[in-house]
Amino acid sequence: MVDTVVIPLLKILIVLNATLVAVTYMVLLERKVIAWAQSRLGPMRVGPYGILQPVADAVKLMIKEDITPVRADRWVFTAAPIMSMVPALIVFAVIPFGPTVTIFGHPVPLYITDINVGLLYIVSVASVGVYGIILAGWSSNSKYPLLASLRASAQLISYEIAVTMTLVSVILMAGSLSMVGIVNAQYNQHVWYVFAQPVAFVIVLIGGLAETNRAPFDLPEAEQELTGGFHTEYSGMRFALFFLAEYANMIVVSSVVTTLFLGGWLPPFPNLSVFHFLYYIPSWIWFFIKSFLFLYLFIWIRATLPRYRYDQLMRLGWKVLIPLGIANLIVTGIVKVLMS
Amino acid sequence: MAEAIAFYTLAAFILGFAVLVITTKNTVHSVLFLVVNFLFVAALYVLLGAQFLAVIQVLVYAGGIVVLYLFVVMLVNLKRPPEAHQDPHRMTKIGASLAAAILLEVAVIAFSGYVSAPAATVAPPPVPVTGNTEQVGWLLYTNYLIPFEIASMLLLVAMIGAIILAKREL
Repeated sequence: MVDTVVIPLLKILIVLNATLVAVTYMVLLERKVIAWAQSRLGPMRVGPYGILQPVADAVKLMIKEDITPVRADRWVFTAAPIMSMVPALIVFAVIPFGPTVTIFGHPVPLYITDINVGLLYIVSVASVGVYGIILAGWSSNSKYPLLASLRASAQLISYEIAVTMTLVSVILMAGSLSMVGIVNAQYNQHVWYVFAQPVAFVIVLIGGLAETNRAPFDLPEAEQELTGGFHTEYSGMRFALFFLAEYANMIVVSSVVTTLFLGGWLPPFPNLSVFHFLYYIPSWIWFFIKSFLFLYLFIWIRATLPRYRYDQLMRLGWKVLIPLGIANLIVTGIVKVLMS
Repeated sequence: MAEAIAFYTLAAFILGFAVLVITTKNTVHSVLFLVVNFLFVAALYVLLGAQFLAVIQVLVYAGGIVVLYLFVVMLVNLKRPPEAHQDPHRMTKIGASLAAAILLEVAVIAFSGYVSAPAATVAPPPVPVTGNTEQVGWLLYTNYLIPFEIASMLLLVAMIGAIILAKREL
């Protein structure tokens, strides 16, 4: 009873709440890092160094008036924010934060579930996430949101192909679709896949940036052209859900890239006995450190790079990343056959 | 028992959303009900222990094909009334006769016991790998290699056709 019901429920509760807290603090981190990049202080007034700013933001967004445009499609307008938030959260079901550990005599795996098709599950849930954006734009019954949502979905679909094609070469390396299996494969092959698959790593990182609509690929929210993107007509908590979904997707991409390319929960040099003292730091802390590096990188990129033009974005996706991904897959296959 | 309850619940949802797909006036809503319908079908696959098929169902149908449907429905003006046929009940008649034919087929299959007969005579082919995805892959590349290759040829032809349609002068 404890092992089959209570512990999984507790894990879901912890992961869900940790994600939501992390998402709200991502907003603060982003504002702070960008402020530092621009020689500003960032939020300073709510709490010491603005540490309570996310709480203030959340309260503000929750008590704000929630407006539905008169000509909007009421049901779809309400469902769209939920449809973009839910896929971002349910991906965490298969993300492994650590191996199985023993807590109070119970063996507890530090992941919610380990399914045979873990990576495919993530890809398919991500592909459903596009509905939130399309429907938000369509149901607002307004020009700019519709244009932005068409842009966003075209971008998402284009980069999804490149990323999925590239993930296949990682699957080829690991010989497994399970996220836990991929981490174990990196342990057994004595290499993090960032070194074995550098091209795949770069493609997945760029594709991840594009799929989360982050700078320099944040065209769906190009203020100069589209007044604010697909969520122009949204206000209050429903707008906040889109906002949170974007940050949750950033965390998802960081976690997936960490798991696939940086050995997930493994410490650096996991096989060398000289470095075995690194195991004294718990596995999930290693996971969080690595994911945090990517989150920081995303913010850093946003503070550094200007936005792409739409045709440049499409050219990069279709003419560079997809052929590169396919070439990488073929080379990986040939090398794998030659090595075996 | 639990499996039966889960199956009938899922089946009820699938049928309910299928009815909503064809009865809803608003086309975008209808497409959305189709997505929900596909998700429940995926759940049915999970119930059957076919996780790979379930995930592919979500990836290909819910995440891929229906997105294209949605694009078409959103961008094509559907406000204009359908063209008047000479016989307004022509579609209803065709539909009713098709439904009757399929119902008859299902009834014949159900009452003749055809479903259980071949399963007893044909032994399942030996699959030397474990795991859902591995087994599907093994079968596709051994027993069903030719249908698999034909399907991939079909997709290739469709891809080339789409490119030719989009770029008239290459």
